[in-house]
Amino acid sequence: MDDLIADFLAETHEGLAALDVALVRLEKAPEDKPTLSEIFRVIHTIKGTCGFLGLPRLEAVAHAAENVLGRYRDGALKVTPDGITLILQALDRIKLIVAGLEEKGAEPAGDDAALIVTLDDAAEGRFAAAPAPAPAPADLAEAPETDPPAPDAPSAEAPQVEANAPDLPAGAAAPPQSIRVSVDVLEDLMMLVSELVLTRNQLLQVARARGDQAFSVPLQRLSHITSDLQDGVMKTRMQPIGNAWSKLPRLVRDLARELGKKIELEMRGADTELDRQVLELIKDPLTHMVRNSADHGLESTADRRAAGKPETGRVMLNAYHEGGHIIIEIADDGKGLNTARIREKALAQGLATEAELAGMAEAEIHRFIFRAGFSTAAAVTAVSGRGVGMDVVKTNVERIGGTIDVASSAGRGTTFIIKIPLTLAIVSALVVEVAGERFAIPQIGVLELVRVGGATGAQVERIKNAPVLRLRDRLLPLVSLARVLGLEEEAPSADIGFVVVTQVGPATFGIIVDRVHDTEEIVVKPVPPILRHIGVFSGNTILGDGSVIMILDPNGIARATGVAAEGANARAAEGVAAGMRSAGRTALLLFRAGDATPKAVPLGLVARLDDLPVDRIEFSGGAAVVQYRGQLMPLIPMGGAGLSPEAEARARQTVLVFSEGERSLGIMVDAILDVVEEQLEIKGGTDRAGFLGSAVIAGKVTDVIDTAWWLRQAGGDWFRPNEPVVAKRLLVVEDSAFFRELVVPSLAAQGYEVVAVSQAAEALALRERGAEFDAIVSDIEMPGMDGFGLARALREGGAWAELPLIALSGRADAPALARARDAGFTDFVPKYDRDALAASLAGCLALPVAAG
Amino acid sequence: MRTQTMQHAIDAGELVLTLTVGGQPCGVPVLVVRDVLGAQGITRIPLAPPEIEGAMNLRGRIVTAVDLRRRLGLPPRDAETKPMSIVVEQGGELYSMLADAVGEVVPLLASDRQPNPPTLDPAWREVSRGVHRRDGQLLILLDVERLLEIGGGR
Repeated sequence: MDDLIADFLAETHEGLAALDVALVRLEKAPEDKPTLSEIFRVIHTIKGTCGFLGLPRLEAVAHAAENVLGRYRDGALKVTPDGITLILQALDRIKLIVAGLEEKGAEPAGDDAALIVTLDDAAEGRFAAAPAPAPAPADLAEAPETDPPAPDAPSAEAPQVEANAPDLPAGAAAPPQSIRVSVDVLEDLMMLVSELVLTRNQLLQVARARGDQAFSVPLQRLSHITSDLQDGVMKTRMQPIGNAWSKLPRLVRDLARELGKKIELEMRGADTELDRQVLELIKDPLTHMVRNSADHGLESTADRRAAGKPETGRVMLNAYHEGGHIIIEIADDGKGLNTARIREKALAQGLATEAELAGMAEAEIHRFIFRAGFSTAAAVTAVSGRGVGMDVVKTNVERIGGTIDVASSAGRGTTFIIKIPLTLAIVSALVVEVAGERFAIPQIGVLELVRVGGATGAQVERIKNAPVLRLRDRLLPLVSLARVLGLEEEAPSADIGFVVVTQVGPATFGIIVDRVHDTEEIVVKPVPPILRHIGVFSGNTILGDGSVIMILDPNGIARATGVAAEGANARAAEGVAAGMRSAGRTALLLFRAGDATPKAVPLGLVARLDDLPVDRIEFSGGAAVVQYRGQLMPLIPMGGAGLSPEAEARARQTVLVFSEGERSLGIMVDAILDVVEEQLEIKGGTDRAGFLGSAVIAGKVTDVIDTAWWLRQAGGDWFRPNEPVVAKRLLVVEDSAFFRELVVPSLAAQGYEVVAVSQAAEALALRERGAEFDAIVSDIEMPGMDGFGLARALREGGAWAELPLIALSGRADAPALARARDAGFTDFVPKYDRDALAASLAGCLALPVAAG
Repeated sequence: MRTQTMQHAIDAGELVLTLTVGGQPCGVPVLVVRDVLGAQGITRIPLAPPEIEGAMNLRGRIVTAVDLRRRLGLPPRDAETKPMSIVVEQGGELYSMLADAVGEVVPLLASDRQPNPPTLDPAWREVSRGVHRRDGQLLILLDVERLLEIGGGR
């Protein structure tokens, strides 16, 4: 228990010292939110820690002060000098108690009622004219004198001592198997080993360069011994995670009593070891999360009974190794996160708009709990519920290179998953080169390396200016390291190189580098203060060859580029889950035009994306045009009239170009967002001209544009065929209204007369009625009779038995093609490859076919 | 054999290492100097403030190199002149100040120090603790702490 108090004192002193300064700063700038949050957090931590250390006096004062600060933070009260004075008084009281605690190991006796009443009044907005400075000196006088009450506190600790007792006899009986070593000694050892590792690496490199055989054997031995020594010293720093959990049973027990719940704490993998430095850093977040689970996660006993669950709620801690990481899960079998409340709260706090929320997956909404100041607890209790918490936990976990995630299902519970590196001191890193400079990337975050460019490698594609890589049917966003670091890219076509596929939280992205050198064990050294503001480096180190190298922080890169923003995570994860089920999936180009709602158009329809200099755009008769390949290409604004404000600012206009033979037409949009492959399900057609309706794409509500309508805006001649051809009649069988909308105008534009039906049965009905066509284009996947069925039915006989029959399908592989031919299709075209369809039709119709 | 002035200066801790930056003689108190090195391999640090030349390895410790020319708003040195490194410690971190040339250690008495002339360039004035007249030239005594107030700190 003494250790705990000592820890607490050290921490509290630190916090209090910072607070005095912060409070004074706050008084000068009452609107300064970060300062307020900082003060609030310190007080909150003090209060929380006292709660389970059994320091009721301290807790009461801190709680009252926190109440007032909470009101300030929420903006319910204005920060006034009187208020600050009051908080400072509370701080003085806390210091007084802490001083007593330090001296005697127990809280000094004293009465804080007057101060607490004043604080509570202040929290309610009432200011007592005379705050209570009086009791303080009284305490001061009282504390040293009244020794007798002190024994109270130790007696409360007595059971704790007993609880530890079973360990003692064992330790006493046998000769001591362990000795106490000061942490400083271990730290020094670790540092020396780090240096040794570096020197060893240097030697190895020299030996390799010289090719000197004489040294190689002893060097090998030195190398092995160094590695073993490193392991050994690392082991001395390893501690079972159970050490960080030792306070939790008591905490949970006290909580259970306080909250009137029955709670069972289950701890698995308590002997899982991790570096003490890491352990220190996750101790507090863990405590906080267990407290949260017990307080918010678990329902009251009555609610549990009503829900048909066992009365005793369970909080489960589980730790295990996975790769170079340790995974800690904190799970409860409570009610799960309240998605509706989180959504409301996110809306109320302006973290997202209603439209954005509507498009978000549940898991994505749950992640709002990691935002600063976010708490959904309806009641503020002494335990938790003020919105200090998960954001702090997340910050702490990320600081040590870890990630945190949450999985929750309503009525069944919530699980937090923390993934952290085993050690921070020596890490394996990948040395990469970009623009002639070398950098180290910790292996922890690296999933794989992909060679790109050249003749054999995968190709980096560009969506507007954003590079992406198609990796096993997923679009991986890429970040150019040279660009992030503001270095010159080696060549404009620097798409030859490597992509380091990196994971940050649940998001995956690629970092483009020119070259990959080697992996090396590196000792992470912090960067000097004058470089700390650069977020993309987590430290620096000295390589085997003696040169200094900067260590990149993938978290920082993700933050700097926004490539792994909270919202994008879930989407990436969904992408993985959906995998290869490509049936019915369409590549869609997402863009923004006019309002904030994303818009989508099938990528296959877009001939090209262009980024035109604004000065090349001319206006003729009020309509925008641009000269393109010796022709005038009309430009239609999608977001209101004229150029978009963004284009004006950038002096370049983004244009989607649609081509039809010789003619092209551009639609001016604000920005290209993404290309996704999704199953398109258009919900509720809109009355808005130019839109087919909306669909949920990439987790967001997206307007699907009616391409045909927009093309018509270019003028009547868009659909008039170039050369009058003999109007051939086509029958299109397609169940998706959306695709009918797309394909019919497109075919009509090529000069065909098109009739479209939505089912094979309708097509057969037309045949019975004696309708005449020159060719049939049919979808394969359709409800009821599918395309194969239709083909067989047609080939069996009847008026259309000899007609060219073209299959459209998302799947264009060899077996599908063979099957289509078997069924009787003349040709097979990938779904909405317009040029292929046009070519196929032209080909089929040129064949001497006996028109029925 | 030490002269009386030298002895006096040593007693008063007023020995100064002279160096030249852009033709201007300067001095830094010898007591803050840990090392003087010739041209070193320096790793560039992207996104760092422009005054930061990079990082270098000094016997296993990482030293951040600050280019005095850029720090003082002077034109870059020509490619032939290899800078000298004057390594100082500040707040537990090592920094190397890159100068065009390093001279000698001389005693400079505080009593001989003149305040900054009003015509002194502001960039210099910010980091100057005063001027000394030496060999017919003005020598600026540099304030190392101020010199290293770069980036986040400024």
